[in-house]
Amino acid sequence: MSFYKEFTKGLWNELPPFRLLLGLCPVLAVTKSAQNGLGMGVAVLFVLLLSNIIVSLVRDIIPKKVRIACFVTISATLVVAVELLMQAYTYPLYQQLGIFVPLIVVNCIILGRAEAFAAKNPVYLAVADGLGMGIGFTLSLTFLGSLREIIGAGTFFGVPVFGEYYQPFTMMIEAPGAFICLGCILGFMNYLNRIQSRRKGLAAHKNPTVCGSTCAQCGGCSKANLS
Amino acid sequence: MEIFELFISLIFVNNIILIQNLGICPYVGCSREKGVAFGMGSAVIFVVVMATICTWFAQRHILNPLGLGYLQTLVFILIIASLVQFVEMFLKKLLPPLYESLGIFLPLITTNCAVMGTAILVQRENLDLGTGILYAFATSAGFLFALLLMAGVRERLETLRVPKAMAGTPISLVMGGIMALSFMAFKGMAQ
Repeated sequence: MSFYKEFTKGLWNELPPFRLLLGLCPVLAVTKSAQNGLGMGVAVLFVLLLSNIIVSLVRDIIPKKVRIACFVTISATLVVAVELLMQAYTYPLYQQLGIFVPLIVVNCIILGRAEAFAAKNPVYLAVADGLGMGIGFTLSLTFLGSLREIIGAGTFFGVPVFGEYYQPFTMMIEAPGAFICLGCILGFMNYLNRIQSRRKGLAAHKNPTVCGSTCAQCGGCSKANLS
Repeated sequence: MEIFELFISLIFVNNIILIQNLGICPYVGCSREKGVAFGMGSAVIFVVVMATICTWFAQRHILNPLGLGYLQTLVFILIIASLVQFVEMFLKKLLPPLYESLGIFLPLITTNCAVMGTAILVQRENLDLGTGILYAFATSAGFLFALLLMAGVRERLETLRVPKAMAGTPISLVMGGIMALSFMAFKGMAQ
């Protein structure tokens, strides 16, 4: 039962980029098209799942003081593996994503989940958490990517959707579109949240993260990182 | 002349936050007040330049000769993490006044993707050490510039009535978008 609970929390209640505001840089930069979003999401899912498993396996062996360094090394090793795999099998996508593949290692979602969840829970729960968060991240990126691609280029996964008279709104696939789209989605999520909590008569839902506030508020989730 | 063009290009045309979308977390998190934004921005300039120098030597004199180029990511993140820690201890001991003003931002910088991003970009563009340092400095100056602009706008925003659901992060992202739109007007001034 708790496996199911840990799995589903990443899909809506703690949806990584939209609720926890974790790892915003790749969210903004690579979602120029639905395909890029999906590719980036799958890469992050892979690293997140494996790093959760490994961290959870070695959680009793690692001394408390050097745990962050160990987590960073584990995730960096996995990112190198992903880079090599992508170069071998999906080279065009690797080129499209550019420096954002190596930058998965500084994505706070990986370290955040390792520190907040995998280091305290048994392997099967860490798997559930990694899968749920990773799939939530992938879906969010694909959603944002499709939104921007449909408005900005008039296509969805490369297939035209509007017919040939549609004048693409190119701004949406450039940098400004990313900010504006993400801002509007976050606003919409807040709105849904407020309606939901009003219906239940509760105070607004707080975002649970490592340091107790949202990632964006503390500017990088790294207070926990070096302490 | 080339140096001037490099600066224009990296601060305005390819601004690291607004156009390249790197370092968004501090952009949203540390841009409430101008003082904080300035502190964060100067700490980033300092660390980015240092990190670029260290990673440049590691890449050219250790990784490339040994054919270990694929370990770039792993080596860079370890260098940056230990560098930040080292700089923090160094400042604490030798330059307490500087530590007072920059110290609280230093731990936040390790997972700032602007630092690692710049180090990797300098390697991908295959720059020599001198140009690499200038590149790093100009990039992080662009970071400071965007952060200060944002702080200026956000201080004004405090007094306005924003729809409740949009208040905070959402509206600052939308504003970042509008700012990025205006920065796109610089396109064509330099490469």
